[in-house]
Amino acid sequence: MKSIKELEEIRKRTLDTINIRKERTGTRVVVGMATCGIAAGARPVLLTVMDEVKKNNLSDVAVTQTGCIGMCRLEPIVEVYRPNEEKVTYVKVTPSKALRIVNEHIMQGKVVDEYTIGSED
Amino acid sequence: MKELSLHILDLVQNSISAGATLTEIVIKEDLAADWLTIEINDNGHGMDKELLAKVKDPFVTSRTSRKVGLGIPLMLAACQRCDGDLTISSEVNVGTNLTAVFKHSHIDRVPIGSMAETLISLILCSTYTDFLYKHIIINKKSSLSEFCFDTREVKKLLGSEVPLTEPDILNWIKDYIAEGLSNLGGGI
Repeated sequence: MKSIKELEEIRKRTLDTINIRKERTGTRVVVGMATCGIAAGARPVLLTVMDEVKKNNLSDVAVTQTGCIGMCRLEPIVEVYRPNEEKVTYVKVTPSKALRIVNEHIMQGKVVDEYTIGSED
Repeated sequence: MKELSLHILDLVQNSISAGATLTEIVIKEDLAADWLTIEINDNGHGMDKELLAKVKDPFVTSRTSRKVGLGIPLMLAACQRCDGDLTISSEVNVGTNLTAVFKHSHIDRVPIGSMAETLISLILCSTYTDFLYKHIIINKKSSLSEFCFDTREVKKLLGSEVPLTEPDILNWIKDYIAEGLSNLGGGI
């Protein structure tokens, strides 16, 4: 059974790492979470990105959400902003595509071309 | 939408955009009377009578980017498919109350789905809104059981240094809600 006590332990543990996290160098991952995004499956995408960022201890990556980006038929949409680079927009993202985006683009800096909006017919 | 929890995720975003500092989500499964009720109450800036009167129309939205808003119409359609209805009341500067009713056993009623995932998605992206989530089950013998989760309590315990959006904290919340609901024996 999950207890409130456990939460206290997590709090102590995170306090040590939290200062590192504050110094964000600024990669931002933004998931579209309006009606269109949610209906197309944005929630599992958002949570997959979050899990993967946590699993790899990417303390400088911020995961956030936004409203409708205006291309509902291409949802779920994920935008990646890396410092000093152009924004990359990924479309029709699934949890498995999200894994590749985190592993290849966010961690190694290699854009996953086939999932970007440019490769969409 | 495939899950009612996705409708909830969508509609609570309206509360967040309305500047609510507290949003209450109440799911009541009355198995004795065979009704499922979802209530979303917020203390956001509310709507005037004029907007309230036409808010169920898909061609009405407060946003400026496009002329359609489907969140409420989709939920309304889901309710009506299941012998239920959707009512909204609101007062400017006080808040909004939305109540969605479904026949619990209706064949077209989609599952409630993962409320744990909906809650952590909401928490992840809304620093200024607190959430109170109550799940009530009245079984066929009319006895009542309840699960309750309040972000204010968690925040109080964590203090000001550790935000709710820390991955470890979110994970704990997700497991806590999932476990609480499974102990309740409902959430379907």
